[in-house]
Amino acid sequence: MKFSVQSKAFAMLLSVGLVAGCSSTGDTMDEEGYGSDVAPLDQDGGSTVYSGADGDDVSSSGLSDDQRQAAQQQAEQEALRNITVFYFDFDTSEIKQEARDVLVAHARYLADNPRQNVRIEGHTDERGTKEYNLALGERRASAIQRFLIVNGASRGQLETISYGEEKPAVRGSSESAWAQNRRVELVFQ
Amino acid sequence: MTHNAYRQGFPFATALTALVLFMLVAGSARAELLIRITEGADAALPIAVVPFAESGAMPAGDKVSSIVQADLTMSGEFRPLDPSKMLSLPSQRSEVYFRDWRLLGQRYVLVGQLNRTGERVEARYELFDVNREERILGETAGASANNVRTLAHHISDRVYEAITGDPGVFSTKLAYITLNRTGDETRYRLQVSDVDGKRARVRLESREPILSPAWSPDGKQLAYVSFETGKPVVFTHELATGERKKAADFPGLNSAPAWSPDGKSLLLTLSKDGNAEIYRLEIASGNLTRLTNHWAIDTEGVWDHTGRGIFYTSDRSGGPQIYHMERLGAEPKRITFGSRYNARARPDAKGEYVYYVHQRNRAFHIARINLKNGEESVITRTESDESPSVSPNGRMLIYATQQNGTSVLTVVSANGGAAYSLPAADGDVREPAWGPIVR
Repeated sequence: MKFSVQSKAFAMLLSVGLVAGCSSTGDTMDEEGYGSDVAPLDQDGGSTVYSGADGDDVSSSGLSDDQRQAAQQQAEQEALRNITVFYFDFDTSEIKQEARDVLVAHARYLADNPRQNVRIEGHTDERGTKEYNLALGERRASAIQRFLIVNGASRGQLETISYGEEKPAVRGSSESAWAQNRRVELVFQ
Repeated sequence: MTHNAYRQGFPFATALTALVLFMLVAGSARAELLIRITEGADAALPIAVVPFAESGAMPAGDKVSSIVQADLTMSGEFRPLDPSKMLSLPSQRSEVYFRDWRLLGQRYVLVGQLNRTGERVEARYELFDVNREERILGETAGASANNVRTLAHHISDRVYEAITGDPGVFSTKLAYITLNRTGDETRYRLQVSDVDGKRARVRLESREPILSPAWSPDGKQLAYVSFETGKPVVFTHELATGERKKAADFPGLNSAPAWSPDGKSLLLTLSKDGNAEIYRLEIASGNLTRLTNHWAIDTEGVWDHTGRGIFYTSDRSGGPQIYHMERLGAEPKRITFGSRYNARARPDAKGEYVYYVHQRNRAFHIARINLKNGEESVITRTESDESPSVSPNGRMLIYATQQNGTSVLTVVSANGGAAYSLPAADGDVREPAWGPIVR
């Protein structure tokens, strides 16, 4: 266990280094995105993400070949970024553990590409009241938004909208349909 | 138990002001709801609505007395006698033989005459208490010949009030949203109809969601949420002219409108300051007052019967529950405890009960809480229930539920007894809002 924690901490340093390296290419970050909107809760979330990111791969492949390492990282990040839909449990806006690596990848990409904008669309399943669901969809979208900001995206790139239960991904009233409809979608623009 | 299913269309007048291009005028009468009486109450009062005598040509369509009979049946509180079982068809007091009606087990008898003069139809009608052999109502009322439904609903209201002591709601209106999906095309339509689903008219049509219609207390305007601009915006809509105004278009959520009893302000849910909070918007001045301040969701605000406090939904306890703020700014008090999901309060006008959406096991029902003793009770037997709206006399409740995979409106008596449903001719119908009594 101790080894795993250490290797994760090491990976975290590496990750931070990569982000820093990328952002030193001349792109400046929009400072407006930072400040009071970053809630303490999400800083916890942020650190969890770093500790979970790519740890095992890093420790097994070692640091002997930096370029190979970077290429592999990039391929992994791109693969992660293919995922743009994130699911939630009923009546929660808690980002699931498995979504975090993917969101970090998106956040890094946004940090590297300041002209890229994203619409964050929050949705709920059909159960419960429409107005509460509008607010819940927005809370889900905001949770993702804050997570992306904490991990490097700037607020100016991110727009949130909630559709509540109005735009289900899947029609029907089954557990499976509901699970697929409780989601946030990232729409790159 | 009766089972009626009829439909009737009405031409759609082009009253909308075309402010935006997406608003199409629906030329055909596809707006109508059907009515299906699913359950009569056991304690319904027997009443004989005798077909009215007629002088002069009456307009085609349903007879006035048939409409009255349907209205009273619909309320769940009356069990009208089938006219074919009547021993005589009196149209005035001198023709009423109480012994005959007693024999038929009737408590009340309504008789009347219709006279047409030019474009006007006048009704003279009398209501009798069979046991006491007394006339308890004798009136005349008139309407233009193309408005006999209005005349009939008025008579139903008068009969209902004379017998129950509460005003009738047969002349009130329903607002609701229909949703049609054909292939990739989605159409939301805001509609207004009579409480029996007849005379439905499309007021707004959009590809994007329309939500949460709310009546102004004078019945002249609706407020609602429309996504037509790509985000939720609250509009007010003058029904007579079709004139629409943006009431709230702040960044983030603009939703859950509810009018104050004086019609001068709206409760709204806005997220412009971070998360969903309830605000009061004074319509004339645009002044905005924030009423809640909490990291949790606060939404679905509605005025209580005093007009000084509000009920609303908050998930500050971990799941949505109903809270009451007795005075604006006062410490909110949680009132629902029966399950982990209680939302969208709708108080009756007397301050006796608050109705809301209630999750029990995996099902969503409509429940109500008795404000005097805090007793919570489930009043619907259907299982995917949403959007309760109380009739202005507090005796009936309309809500949306699922039937065979589509959303329909269902009306029940406030204690859950009688029921009828209003399915759309096709597609979903949802979010009913029961309009006020307009005098």
